[in-house]
Amino acid sequence: MNKSQHKQALLRLGDDALILGQRLGEWCGHAPALEEDIALTNIALDLIGQTQSYLSLAGSLHEDDTQTDDQLAFHRIERDFQNLLLVEQPNGDFGDTIVRQFLFDYYALFRAEHIASQDFDIDAAAIAAKAIKEIRYHADHSSKWVIRLGDGTDESHSRVQKSLNELWKFTGEMFTVDEIDIAGAASGLLPDLDSIKTKWDSAIDAVLKDATLKRPEDGWMQKGGRSGIHTESFGFLLAEMQSLPRTYPDATW
Amino acid sequence: MKEEGGNIGESLEAVALVKVVKRQLEDVMDPELPFLSISDMGILRDVIFENGHTICIITPTYSGCPATDIITKEVLAAARVMDPKSEVRIAMSPAWTTDWISDKAREKMTQNGIAPPEGLSHDRAFLTGDNRIIPCPICKSRDTNLVSPFGSTACKASFSCNKCLEPFEHFKCI
Repeated sequence: MNKSQHKQALLRLGDDALILGQRLGEWCGHAPALEEDIALTNIALDLIGQTQSYLSLAGSLHEDDTQTDDQLAFHRIERDFQNLLLVEQPNGDFGDTIVRQFLFDYYALFRAEHIASQDFDIDAAAIAAKAIKEIRYHADHSSKWVIRLGDGTDESHSRVQKSLNELWKFTGEMFTVDEIDIAGAASGLLPDLDSIKTKWDSAIDAVLKDATLKRPEDGWMQKGGRSGIHTESFGFLLAEMQSLPRTYPDATW
Repeated sequence: MKEEGGNIGESLEAVALVKVVKRQLEDVMDPELPFLSISDMGILRDVIFENGHTICIITPTYSGCPATDIITKEVLAAARVMDPKSEVRIAMSPAWTTDWISDKAREKMTQNGIAPPEGLSHDRAFLTGDNRIIPCPICKSRDTNLVSPFGSTACKASFSCNKCLEPFEHFKCI
């Protein structure tokens, strides 16, 4: 893959983590229990940490001069973000947040396992190797909640099934192959998405079975995030995330 | 690591400098566990001599650990007392693991009410398994339960003891 494609591939890794981290951060002070408030924001922190590493690496591949992680996070416009539509979906209720996390965690885990094992980009491999340790905890946490809610009361079961049904249309995008995926897989950096899909299917199915939830049919799938076409709520997320650094470009801690 | 300059005088100086910088860094504490040094924690990996100055190699614990910035600054400040040109290098690979925490540090954690990581990180049963037993650091009872796999910092989980009823933190195995 050429340098520009390489950068795009790293941006996707960074953007997925950044946007989901930002969404989880919105729960700070609002989660249903103190432990969950701490859990969701801890996961957000891990994701923002992964973002910093991936975006810094992506920025080092910029054509003219190096871009920093902050420049990439705070000074790009909507169309330049390539995250999955799934991760930008609003938090909804706690079940929506958990299902969104659950669907993403296993995708992120299997993708990171591949990246950690390749040698096309050893810096990305190092970031992924570290991220795996964190994602395992995230996947464990989200799976247990899916089971607890699904196999809980009639109310929790029906609500989490509804979350699953509504978010399912965003899962197709995770496995849709485009030119970056083809070039990425050819170089070794990115995984073959078909093989990730097989692993993801069995991990998701096993948890859904324990949760007594019904896996939705693979119907029409909403796509666009990977090519910068986002859902309506994304602009509001960016406005909130970017307002301070855009208003005060030289602000420092 | 390769040392610059071939003459014996310079390499002896390099060895001595590495030694004093290392000694200086023994007093740099982990800001989130102030009773433990970054060396005990396995965060400080090595001090080497390159291009005429020392380089302190550190490996962050969690990707988003906010302590990494502070640790970098404190390492730099401590090392520059002995070598004004010292630099810090962040090594991402191999990824930090709780296996690197020294026995002395584990003992200090227990003394400070934090249950140290159990087992080795390559043993998946200790990572997220439900059957792990984390003894209470206060009353030593093995009858404890996981309250949440996440705690006050990225590296800790929240537990409570069924015997003495005290809540406590557990340093997660990664």
